[in-house]
Amino acid sequence: MNPSKLSPTPNQVGLSSRLGKFIDRTFQYWTVAPLVITLLLLVAYPSYQLIRMSVSEVDIVKGETVWEFVGAKHLETALQDPVVPTALKNTLVFVIAVVIIETVLALVISLLVSRSNHFVGLYRTVLLIPLLVPPIAIGTMWRLMYDYNYGFINQALAVFGIAGPTWTADPQLAMPSVILVDLWHWTSFMFLIILAGLESLPQEVNEAASVDGASESQILRYITLPLLRPTLLTAVMLRTIFAFKVFDEIFLLTGGGPGTATEVISLYIYDVFSGQFRLGYASFLALGLALIISIFVIFYRRVGQRAQA
Amino acid sequence: MKKFSIEPVFRHGFLMFVVVFTLVPIFFTLMTSLKLFRDIISGSLAFTPTLVNYERLFDPSQSNFLRLTFNSLVVAAGTMVIVLVIASLAAYSLSRFRWRPLWSGLLLGMILFIHMLPPVTFLGPFYLIARSLNIYDTVLAVIMGHIVLNLPTATWILLDFFADVPKELEEAAMVDGANRFQSLTQVLLPMIQPGIAAAGALAFIFSWRDFLFSLSLTSTPRGMTIPVGISSFVQEYSIRYGEMAAGAFFAMIPALLMVAFAQRYIIKGLTLGALKG
Repeated sequence: MNPSKLSPTPNQVGLSSRLGKFIDRTFQYWTVAPLVITLLLLVAYPSYQLIRMSVSEVDIVKGETVWEFVGAKHLETALQDPVVPTALKNTLVFVIAVVIIETVLALVISLLVSRSNHFVGLYRTVLLIPLLVPPIAIGTMWRLMYDYNYGFINQALAVFGIAGPTWTADPQLAMPSVILVDLWHWTSFMFLIILAGLESLPQEVNEAASVDGASESQILRYITLPLLRPTLLTAVMLRTIFAFKVFDEIFLLTGGGPGTATEVISLYIYDVFSGQFRLGYASFLALGLALIISIFVIFYRRVGQRAQA
Repeated sequence: MKKFSIEPVFRHGFLMFVVVFTLVPIFFTLMTSLKLFRDIISGSLAFTPTLVNYERLFDPSQSNFLRLTFNSLVVAAGTMVIVLVIASLAAYSLSRFRWRPLWSGLLLGMILFIHMLPPVTFLGPFYLIARSLNIYDTVLAVIMGHIVLNLPTATWILLDFFADVPKELEEAAMVDGANRFQSLTQVLLPMIQPGIAAAGALAFIFSWRDFLFSLSLTSTPRGMTIPVGISSFVQEYSIRYGEMAAGAFFAMIPALLMVAFAQRYIIKGLTLGALKG
């Protein structure tokens, strides 16, 4: 194995133990180095590229990347692009709707589960499933569910003699249909966080209040909900940020249609990137999306700090 | 004691409705995947289950699903191993040694940053990187994307587990003559095995379920993963319900296994990852 151990000449021992000591003393840097390198190569450098691309026209000619600096041209394009305001509006409608509905639903479900002694494991297990299955599988499942002729929903409605609509192909119903799928997918996430928050609340306060004659609704209103506020704020912030990422399910269910009824911003960026192959413009829009989300994060952090103070 | 009350009946009734709502699409998909086309059209509940949809899906002469399954496994396993190595070393360093707040803050800030941004932001730069490294349309390009996707959660989970291991244990090992590397691999890592399991399981699952990176960094079955295969199948043959359902159900199997066997770790990992953010 280690030859210096078998035949220790004084010089070798000194060298290897000095090397060992050196590694030990600097071990903190060796161990963090892979992360630093990864972040530099896969986060810092891409961020620099993103900024550079957003002020350039980028094309690939015969395998070579060709750059042309164009300054604020993409900003002008974006301001005149009719899809941008539509996509922003659709994204906002989607994000606001899912965050509000999922927060309320998850709060109700987790309050009910936290009062229960039976079936808690079942509820937890089943509600974990939507978070782990591939979103593309979720999209496919709901395509089958929404199918006009053979889908579960319309077949179930037919039992009651109701002719079901076309769901995702209907301009009025497309967005609600997509939102319903998101509720199926993401309510669990809020549920797990809020339930963890509820379980970490001190039980003594409730008991003391109950001994003092507080009713259950009073305990909920004046004790549980205020104590739960930081958890709720975190959950809402995270859910908002993640909701901006929505892509897979909409891509599969409607592809942004019919027309532009469900065209959200990340779907449009992908279309500009891949469908139209305008790398520079797509990067400009992506940078804009990143800025919007950063502003959101800063805003929520402020609110969170004020809530804790 | 308490009187009989009607409240639990309503409570569990509502919660059972939520359970049924969650399970119906999965059950319907499973049923559809086991039906012949004529049974799908008739919509009847009485049918003879068949595996023909799965057979067609995995027949290499009819579809490339087998190849995509192989790619998905390679990508998920590769991502998991790389992410675990990077994250556990970094979590060790950041939790065991004294770091200037500037440096640790910068690292953790960047990790938070990538957790917040939509993956669509990285598409353009990653596409160019994959092109210039000549790895476009290979599993390596997809793994590259998935490392970024999974580093934050894994790092947070492992930081949390390292924080719970008493410092004295490592000091004791070093007094016994172990060097830092030995004390890390032989004392510390075995102690945080549940954390490694949770971080690894989540990295595997979140790599397996990703769609966008594979979609934009590959163009042929050479590097494509299952979700891209399902999506193009659905868009090409929107009428072949049986195979669509079989593909979707097959893609869900790792998630269902995780829920069955590693549930506790995963819940801890998910909520932890969330609350650190």
